Amino acid sequence: MTPSRTFQGLRRSAGAGWQAAAVLVAALVLLPVAALVLFAAQGSPGLWAHLFDNVLPVAARQTVLLLAGVGVIVAVLGTVTAWLVAACDFPGRRLFGWALLLPLAVPTYIIAYAYLDLLHPVGPVQGAIRALLGYDSPRQFRLPDIRSMTGCILLLGLVLYPYVYLPVRALFAMQAGNLLDAARTLGTGPVATFRRVAVPLARPAVAGGTALALMETLNDIGAAEFLGVRTLTVSVYSTWINRSDLPGAAQIALAMLAIVTGLVMLERFSRKRQRFSGGAQRSQPLRRARLQGPRAWAATAVCALPVLLGFVAPASYLIYHAGQRLHYAGLSPRILAEAANTALLAALATLVTLALGLVVTGAARLRPGRMTQAAARVSTLGYAMPGTILAIGLLPVVTLIDRRIAAWVQDLTGLSPGLLLLGSGAALIYAYAARFLAIATSGIEAGLSRVPRSLDHAARTLGRSPGQVFRQVHVPISAPALAAAGLLIFVDCVKELPATLLLRPLSFETLSTHLYGEAARGTYEDAAIAALIIVAIGILPVVVLARAIRR
Amino acid sequence: MTYRLTAIAAALIALQAGTALAAQELNLYTTREPKLVEPLLKSFTDSTGIKVNTIFLKEGLPERVEQEGEASPADVLMTVDIGNLVDLVDRGLTQPVESEVLEQAIPENLRDKDGNWFALSQRARVLYAAKDLDLDSFHYEDLAKPEWKGKVCIRSGQHPYNVALFAAHLVHHGEDATRSWLEGIKANLARKAGGGDRDVARDIMGGICDIGIANSYYVGLMRSGAGGPEQQAWVDAIKVVLPTFENGGTQVNISGAAVARHAPNRDQAVQLLEYLVSDEAQRIYAEANYEFPVKPGVAPSPVIADMSHIQADDTDLTRIARERKKASELAEEVGFDN
Repeated sequence: MTPSRTFQGLRRSAGAGWQAAAVLVAALVLLPVAALVLFAAQGSPGLWAHLFDNVLPVAARQTVLLLAGVGVIVAVLGTVTAWLVAACDFPGRRLFGWALLLPLAVPTYIIAYAYLDLLHPVGPVQGAIRALLGYDSPRQFRLPDIRSMTGCILLLGLVLYPYVYLPVRALFAMQAGNLLDAARTLGTGPVATFRRVAVPLARPAVAGGTALALMETLNDIGAAEFLGVRTLTVSVYSTWINRSDLPGAAQIALAMLAIVTGLVMLERFSRKRQRFSGGAQRSQPLRRARLQGPRAWAATAVCALPVLLGFVAPASYLIYHAGQRLHYAGLSPRILAEAANTALLAALATLVTLALGLVVTGAARLRPGRMTQAAARVSTLGYAMPGTILAIGLLPVVTLIDRRIAAWVQDLTGLSPGLLLLGSGAALIYAYAARFLAIATSGIEAGLSRVPRSLDHAARTLGRSPGQVFRQVHVPISAPALAAAGLLIFVDCVKELPATLLLRPLSFETLSTHLYGEAARGTYEDAAIAALIIVAIGILPVVVLARAIRR
Repeated sequence: MTYRLTAIAAALIALQAGTALAAQELNLYTTREPKLVEPLLKSFTDSTGIKVNTIFLKEGLPERVEQEGEASPADVLMTVDIGNLVDLVDRGLTQPVESEVLEQAIPENLRDKDGNWFALSQRARVLYAAKDLDLDSFHYEDLAKPEWKGKVCIRSGQHPYNVALFAAHLVHHGEDATRSWLEGIKANLARKAGGGDRDVARDIMGGICDIGIANSYYVGLMRSGAGGPEQQAWVDAIKVVLPTFENGGTQVNISGAAVARHAPNRDQAVQLLEYLVSDEAQRIYAEANYEFPVKPGVAPSPVIADMSHIQADDTDLTRIARERKKASELAEEVGFDN
């Protein structure tokens, strides 16, 4: 046996544990999907003819329109603002560096509620316009209704663009320096540098971020339904709720999942040949170009607009209403307990999700091959499903485990322990992890792709095991990407509603379930306080992250 | 080894903080909003000493109970809509209850003849109309008349409240008439179907539309000031007309409850239901949410006194519930929400 063969053999056995772990994680995500397949197989044969005639043409068209619109907005807004903040100097740059993340803290259903109020004919904005123009009744003058496809696209785009801004900016900050310097040295102007170097360089990060934003869009039910846009998700919903037809809903959901998976694969295939892996030498930080005069103010305006519209306006609205509520009724102590529940649950779920994400991406890196690649792909499926549908698929999985444990405990002690996973909230953490694993893997992958393979080889040659390479080389280098992914997951867990409603234990409320309870009853002022706390919790990690990425 | 396993098992049980173990507790699964049932549950606990653990769900109540199976801690299942109740019964998730108290308090058409479900409160789907409109009576059928072109506001045609109304129309007039009725309403819409029931009042105030269909209790909520001064302004801009079907009364829906099939605390569950139809609880219901009590003799809240002469449609609620699927499909066929 030659030394190199021994090395190969060692490598294979050393990575086997990682592979097995990754497959296990993928299986955890696949289980609820499998349960949905079982539900779907229970049939309702007449459904599809009706759907094809009456529902799908409209739903598909609306979904495509919505996705296209939101996709263009988040990609352009996210890339341009990331570029301005990373590569240029203009008034307010340091402020915008973190402020551009703020809309992330605003859930889609909250921005929809807020703007419907703000822009309503009897609301403050149109009221002011009428006062200015001298009209005294909305019957004489009013603006177009926000309840429209255009309104939905704009509102979703305004709160989802940080999914692009965050990774693109991290990318510019981490490794763009050398290439951009080279371009400038060769005499390329700033706009041409942006177009010909920065944009192609950022493409994987833009694509990854846009994909996340689009999946959020696809999952959204609150905003779309509220604004009168009938997407496929809304259709799944009404099929299930109004027809009591879970098999039918599961069938549409699986069809959607297939389409989304196809799109994701297409996107991956399209950039398969592009592999950006910087040289092993240290990357230069980007030198910022100082903008002057009107250009500088234009940059300020471009960065200010999404922050004002995506965060300041809805947050002010919430602050006003929360203030009204405090004034009339004071603060319920319960809301503090709910905030604590929310934070604890989201923190635990974030840690679990990141750990699982590290397992999956680590395995794909340390033991590249069909199995680990497949595991990495499968682990992103949960994100492509509406939260409620995922939760419905999880129910039988969780209760099956629960019943097994209960039977075992009863055999042993004669006492019935009830349902442990559902009763303890562990089911919720499972749901969050299955749902948001895609954020973890795509974020960590983006970080890992910056670590040159030559470093792996060097470390292995120096006698490190794959696990040690991962811990000592990969994780430290991709720490910023890890932190970014953790932030997104945490905020998403705080905002998550449908799975939380369905899978939480008895007498356990979070901020989002509280908010839903109030909104369902229409007591908006109470909801405003909970909504404001959700937004505030979402800001905390934004601040922490902003410090981390400043440099 | 066995000792250690036993210790683990004991710890697991301790973790579970006795949901099904304590005798004087009971577990309520509900799609009603927590704020709404809390005053009732508090009053129940005060008078009986039975603690109520609640979980408030949105969709998926039957799915969760079904999957939890025999181990389910659920004792009472409470829903906002007759459709969900009938669904629970059809899936075998409830058990029959025989109780003289319940049978005496609840009129026959508002409970299952086998005792599988019981109505606890009622609400009506009424007409909100601009104040200056000369309109005192209205038929649901009129919504499709050309004179209302561009003047009607309504929430999504797939929302359970509307689906129930459409289903009632189906029972009265059959499929073809309902299809053309829905087409007529669609043609009359002032804006896309969507938003909430209260938006109908606000949109009338904003001049977007003249009339719209919404639930009766929102009128009480807006008038009460619980929603703040803005909502009072909305409700002041409208008047409420109690519409009827041409050959029937005003369409009502119910909230109700059932005892879960595997209820670990069955007796306490029945006790809660009986409490909920007591005069006291029915009054709390009426005051807290401006719904109509199911128990004859208990008056609705004075805030909605102008609706107390309501003549509810006496069509069998279970029949309406079973037409929901067809109604939802018809709304899709005519593209109600598009």
